[in-house]
Amino acid sequence: MWSFSEIAKNIDLWLNGLVGSTWALVLEMVIAGVAVIGLFAALGLVLVIMERKVAAWIQIRLGPNRVGPKGMFQSMADTVKLLVKEGMTPDGADRLLFNVAPFIAMIVAMLLMAPIAFAKDFQLWDMNIGVLYITAVSSLSVIGILMAGWASNNKYSLLGAMRSGAQIVSYELSGGLAILAVVVLTGSISLTDIIKAQENGWWIFKGHIPVIVAFIIYIIAVTAETNRAPFDLAEAESELTAGFHTEYSGMKFALFFLAEYINVFIVCAIGATLFFGGWMPLHIGNWHAFNHIMDYIPSSVWFFGKTFFLIFLIMWFRWTFPRLRIDQLLNLEWKYLLPISMINLLLVTLIAILGWHF
Amino acid sequence: MYRETEIIKDAPQFGEPGFGDLVINVGPQHPATHGVLHLIITLNGETIKDIKPNLGYIHRSIEKMCESLTYRQFIYVTSRMDYLSAHINNHACALVVEKGLQVEVPERAQVIRVLFDELTRIASHELWWGAMAMDLGAFTPFFHSFRERETINVIMEETCGARLTMNYYVPGGVMWDLHPDFQKRVKEFLALYKKKIHEYDELVTGNIIFQNRMKGIGYISAEDVISYGCTGPVARGSGVHSDVRKVSPYSIYNKLDFDEVLETGGDSFARYVVRIKEMHQSIKIIEQLIDNIPEGDFQAKTKAVLKLPKGEYYQSVETARGELGVYIVSEGGTTPYRIKFRSPGFSNLSALNHMIKGGKIGDLIAAMGTLDLVIPDIDR
Amino acid sequence: MFIKDYIKDIASALKSLATGMKMTGYYFTHHKEIITEQYPDNRDTLVLAERFKGEVVMPHDDNNEHACTGCTSCELACPNGSIKIITKFDVDAETGKRKKAIDTWIYHLDLCTMCGLCVEACPTNAIKMAPTFEHSVFDRNKLVKKLNEDGSKVRAGVE
Repeated sequence: MWSFSEIAKNIDLWLNGLVGSTWALVLEMVIAGVAVIGLFAALGLVLVIMERKVAAWIQIRLGPNRVGPKGMFQSMADTVKLLVKEGMTPDGADRLLFNVAPFIAMIVAMLLMAPIAFAKDFQLWDMNIGVLYITAVSSLSVIGILMAGWASNNKYSLLGAMRSGAQIVSYELSGGLAILAVVVLTGSISLTDIIKAQENGWWIFKGHIPVIVAFIIYIIAVTAETNRAPFDLAEAESELTAGFHTEYSGMKFALFFLAEYINVFIVCAIGATLFFGGWMPLHIGNWHAFNHIMDYIPSSVWFFGKTFFLIFLIMWFRWTFPRLRIDQLLNLEWKYLLPISMINLLLVTLIAILGWHF
Repeated sequence: MYRETEIIKDAPQFGEPGFGDLVINVGPQHPATHGVLHLIITLNGETIKDIKPNLGYIHRSIEKMCESLTYRQFIYVTSRMDYLSAHINNHACALVVEKGLQVEVPERAQVIRVLFDELTRIASHELWWGAMAMDLGAFTPFFHSFRERETINVIMEETCGARLTMNYYVPGGVMWDLHPDFQKRVKEFLALYKKKIHEYDELVTGNIIFQNRMKGIGYISAEDVISYGCTGPVARGSGVHSDVRKVSPYSIYNKLDFDEVLETGGDSFARYVVRIKEMHQSIKIIEQLIDNIPEGDFQAKTKAVLKLPKGEYYQSVETARGELGVYIVSEGGTTPYRIKFRSPGFSNLSALNHMIKGGKIGDLIAAMGTLDLVIPDIDR
Repeated sequence: MFIKDYIKDIASALKSLATGMKMTGYYFTHHKEIITEQYPDNRDTLVLAERFKGEVVMPHDDNNEHACTGCTSCELACPNGSIKIITKFDVDAETGKRKKAIDTWIYHLDLCTMCGLCVEACPTNAIKMAPTFEHSVFDRNKLVKKLNEDGSKVRAGVE
């Protein structure tokens, strides 16, 4: 059967036969890098058009419908426009930091791509500390935003960056604790093990209410961490015009824009991996016939289906809710999400120790 | 990397009062000011220490323009002041001219005027609702409110021939008779409005984030409302009895059955609730009148050239934003000697600093949304 | 009790958020509610209100006759000075009397605010507002129009 893991294996065999194993590894790394960048570009295009269509349908509009069939090439046309636009560096800005910031945001998003399993046995780097790696690297994304806000020499940017700093640092906690719930149940921080553990059912179904609570907290925390509405205080269009990227234009702005969407994709992919079993098809306990039918759907379809469902959920939030104020945002984290996720973690530990999960 | 400008040199040093303050220009181009309002705000971190509105970016000297136009002509210019309640502005001007000429306006014309005034009020509040939700970061309500507003605009277009600056009222009545489809269209609008009204509560009013952003924010007491001269929903949100339609009724408002909406909260949420309930009251007025439009003339006979007798004339009406006063000094000629508008937006804006001092930037935006500022109305 | 209130708060908050999401979810799935009008495409089916004040026109009948006597009421009524009427004197062939008539009726569309006061002022209903709105041109001079057609004259009987 055609699958990503077969293709990867065949390429590996072919390269090893062609050149030595060292060169094969180097070539494979290059191929992986190109593939990741290609995936980035594709995801950027798809997610932007998806966001615009979701927004339009919720807002009883048609959305983009002029470029290409049903407006599907709209985001491509936008990219071309952004590419040919002048990337201005304002007078008085810190030139180095200002120009480096969008790349930092982008590189962090790229790094997070490494441990994600896109399909069965199809992963860039199957490391045994996947969850730890993700929580560690995702904290870096705030640096790009802080850098951009500080270097712009603009008060709006500075305010946006400071808001973003406070926000990401605090929401990391409850996001991490929500992830820990699944880690406790699985007993491993390797993403492969977590997916394997969901062979007879996804954690969201197996883990009773505490895992559902953990999932809700996770979704709220990552929405805040990716600076998406209703937590888009770093941009806060009606308050800070555009927040940290007020001074950016052209492709430098596009990189921030792209990094936001890639981050959304990654947190949703991780959410899908932890709570919905990643590429694992929908399996219910011992119903072998049912499980067998589900296996016929390719694993990559399962993975992308789940991820895009979560992305849609986050978009749905964005186009429904008003924005929080900065003090309410921190209140929500420290007075509600953090205590709840701590108690929740305790409950999950209890369930794991007593073996009450399915 | 900051350049050494005069401002930086004179900035307070560490330990001096005002150290660490950030002066930000909100506007003249800013998404939340809905026009060219310029606010100079002093911030300490996120906390607002001072707000100085800077006006005049869209000053077109409408008062002076009106002094060179005849009593028939000057009405159309006033549509451009508070463009969202164009009909009501025109109504004020038509009333003051009629007062000077002592013209009896036919019953039918008065009913038509009140109908259009209330439709305008609903349309204005619809736009405010959407724009205010957008200030708070929710984009969807804007499009949903425009769906209902569009229906009103179609009614306006059909009868008055324009959608925003209609110029339908003339001294002595209205320019043309109602369109034959008018009653049908209004009933269609009422049906649509009643079908969709629950969405306003579901999407915005009941939302926990919205309530937290609104409740207890931008408080102004009844005493301060009076001393700042605020009118309209801003005053009624603090419990000040100020609806001109009730306080000094004009046209046929004293014969109509409707309530003055009063809230006692004084915060942004109270002002929000006042406007939402005012829409219901306007619907109530329209429902009373739509089937009882009397037959007769739509315009009283007036002379070709209008000349107000020497004297001073004043008339105030309740626009969607508050009390609009028109004051005319006539020397007996064909044009006013002096004309002065008392616009609601100007007084309401003056209370902004008092409301927001000590709040966050988000509060400023939210409270400014509930003031429902129309900048051409402030600057004229 | 504190814990009870705390949980109640969270429950009511989640409920209010879910109500909003239910509503937006309804519109996401019900595309028949979409109200977008695609303007240049629907030009053929676009119905403008007949009273729409788009521009001032002067209707001419089949004999190339209009109803304008050149009384300049409209010119006086216009608040922006967007109307300028140049009159001439026709000599009646039969009686030899000199009669006032319009030579050129100049309409500045670029100055016009579509208030409709000229139409209101006209004693002979010679002009009216037309429901057109696509006025954009590249040359501003094209917005200055002559409304009476060449060789047209006032309709008999209109005083």
